[in-house]
Amino acid sequence: MTDLLARLGNIAGHYNLYIAILLMVAGLYVVIARGNMVKKLIGLSLFQSSVYLLYLTPGKILGGTAPVVDPRFAIYSNPLPHVLILTAIVVGIATLAVGLALVVRINEAYGSIEEDEIFARDEATVKREDRAASRPPRRAGKGAR
Amino acid sequence: MREHAPVLMVVVPLFGAVLAALVRRPGPAFAVALACGFAVAALAIDLAVAVSAGGPISYRLGGWAPDVGIEYRVDALNVPILLLLGVTAAVATVYARRSVASELPVGRVAWFYALYLLCLTGLIGIALTNDAFNAFVFLEISSLATYAMIALGRDRRALVAAYQYLIIGTIGATFYVIGVGFLFLATGTLNLSLIAERLGEAEAARAVVTGLAFVLVGIAMKVALFPLHLWLPNAYAYAPSFATVFLGATATKVAVYLLFRYVFSVFGAAFVFEALPTGALLIALSLAAAFGASTVAIFQSDVKRLLAYSSVGQIGYATLGLALGNAAGLTGGLVHLLNHAMMKGAAFMAVGAVVFRLGTCRLEAFAGLGRAMPATMAALTVAGLGLIGVPGTAGFVSKWYLIKGALEAGMPWLALLIVASSILALLYVGRLVELIWLRPRPADAAPVAEAPLELLLPTLALAAATIWFGLDTRFTAGLAQAATVGLFGGAR
Amino acid sequence: MRLDIVLRVAAKLILPLMLVFALYVQFHGDYGPGGGFQAGAIAAGAVILYGLVYGLSAAQRLVPVAAVETMVPLGVLVFAAVGVAGLLLGDNYLDYDKLAHDAVHGQEWGVFLVEAGVFITVFSTMLAIFYAFAGRGIKE
Repeated sequence: MTDLLARLGNIAGHYNLYIAILLMVAGLYVVIARGNMVKKLIGLSLFQSSVYLLYLTPGKILGGTAPVVDPRFAIYSNPLPHVLILTAIVVGIATLAVGLALVVRINEAYGSIEEDEIFARDEATVKREDRAASRPPRRAGKGAR
Repeated sequence: MREHAPVLMVVVPLFGAVLAALVRRPGPAFAVALACGFAVAALAIDLAVAVSAGGPISYRLGGWAPDVGIEYRVDALNVPILLLLGVTAAVATVYARRSVASELPVGRVAWFYALYLLCLTGLIGIALTNDAFNAFVFLEISSLATYAMIALGRDRRALVAAYQYLIIGTIGATFYVIGVGFLFLATGTLNLSLIAERLGEAEAARAVVTGLAFVLVGIAMKVALFPLHLWLPNAYAYAPSFATVFLGATATKVAVYLLFRYVFSVFGAAFVFEALPTGALLIALSLAAAFGASTVAIFQSDVKRLLAYSSVGQIGYATLGLALGNAAGLTGGLVHLLNHAMMKGAAFMAVGAVVFRLGTCRLEAFAGLGRAMPATMAALTVAGLGLIGVPGTAGFVSKWYLIKGALEAGMPWLALLIVASSILALLYVGRLVELIWLRPRPADAAPVAEAPLELLLPTLALAAATIWFGLDTRFTAGLAQAATVGLFGGAR
Repeated sequence: MRLDIVLRVAAKLILPLMLVFALYVQFHGDYGPGGGFQAGAIAAGAVILYGLVYGLSAAQRLVPVAAVETMVPLGVLVFAAVGVAGLLLGDNYLDYDKLAHDAVHGQEWGVFLVEAGVFITVFSTMLAIFYAFAGRGIKE
């Protein structure tokens, strides 16, 4: 019985990892299941944030303080994960910004941010191009620059 | 100053990117890019000479020891990749000026060069660094620059292609980071050499296997390994021609290098191939790439897309060499990275020249072009022959080593399949070559002049290299064999 | 927005505090949590708040677009140049030991300058993103 309790306690003690995994899977699900480009980016952000947690939680040492050397303290949190994740956050923001910028321009070019509508329009474009190509060529490409 | 060559290789293009963004005018920005291209090539050659003479070079950023700081490491495995990046940067930048000027609005040209140099910085960084997390940062630097470069394409579909690449690329990079996190938890370090040392005594074997899985899948997305390749064809087809040339020659190669680095010098071939079924899985996926993507390539009506699908197939050969897990296979894989960079570089450059003259790269536009642009089309044909693997071209050399590796691994059927997949390449190249040389030019087509010299010379140089390194294999195969010896001799 | 007096007054009160706090985070980064990234984000937040309350053109009068576009590469240039300074003084790249009379002060100066570069780039990048998004769709 105590063995079981200890084991349960051990499982519950990893709650931080469960949260990280839950966020990870939820984010990935949103990326895959949604057709709206902004929602996909939100999912992607969630997915990346879960990784921040995955790195940060093992860096925390119970009773440890911020890793600034001071004679009053002996135990410090591991600073390396924080530094890594600060970098990863910057990368995440940059990715999100580029992604949103692309979505804005896609919306300007297509008038939609739903993937199915955009793909339908692209297919129509391809069909039009193929039809134009199968017709006898009129002055191929002149002045296209 | 010579001992600083490893870091200069990253810093020079970084400075270049900053300068290009500061000057904001096309002319000076191009001059900066050109200077950086040649400087990087010179540094790569210098490093290659130094490594072949004195063994691996380790460079400590900020003077910190490898267990606390970031270490750059140049050894036999990344020398070929650094040469590939340096020489491609030099040759491709010569090509850039006219092509970029004709495809981008004037206001964006300087930004484009800044992005290109940033992408080059990232790719060189991945090849140089011996730090798992630093590799992620460089991966994202190059990827973010790539997304923006692709989005600058003229067609609106370029935007969607860039967006899709961004989603898949970010998922891949995040998978990679998750894997690195597990390795960090298991070993307490981010230095690849130290990870390799400590993996043997790591207590959490499951964390190591999980880390391996995440790292491999993450990199595989960047490699565009079948079936994770779907981002690649559109990205290459709609990007500006010069971006396609540069990315087609370098981007996936560097990702394959990272895969080689993890499999052979971090985890060790014994762990990856004997303890886990990675080898069989990789062989299956590589073959699926070689057959599947080549088949799709046959039915494309846009030549850039055709070549992009061909790239997916050709990358399959490189990963196949990796999956064989023996010296000959690995040599084949590495040589194929170099050879494919030359062939695809030449092919995409030739197509870019057609876009420059005709404004399109649809298949029909190539009819009878052999008479109008003979030199460009000859280069494209040579590159195509290389893709098939015709003897006398570089493509034959890599396939030769792959077949040798398959036979050594006791898989003669695999050797047969490699030959069979070349027939598919014959079909898509043959279709193009027939159109170029045997069809007449449509009677009402506008007259076309040969590509300008600035575009033609780099194209011909790469095509000539395809033939040269097909006949004289000492240099390329020598580089790859040196790397292989280092990995199988020194790895645990 | 023009009539929203509470918002305008509150923003005016908060703005100087935000900017001072950004400087505190920047310079106290040596002794406590903080640094160029956080400080840059806070300072950019101040300008963005100003832009949200008083309009985009007001913010662009305060920090012109051309300045922002120059500052983005400039910050990276500062960072890379500090690294190269180490190179020229005979150390490895990003080794700051010789930037001052002894190694400890050298490191302090090196980190200070790098953080200054980070501040410039983060500040201007955040603003560039804000300007790029906020400026879309306005036909003037």
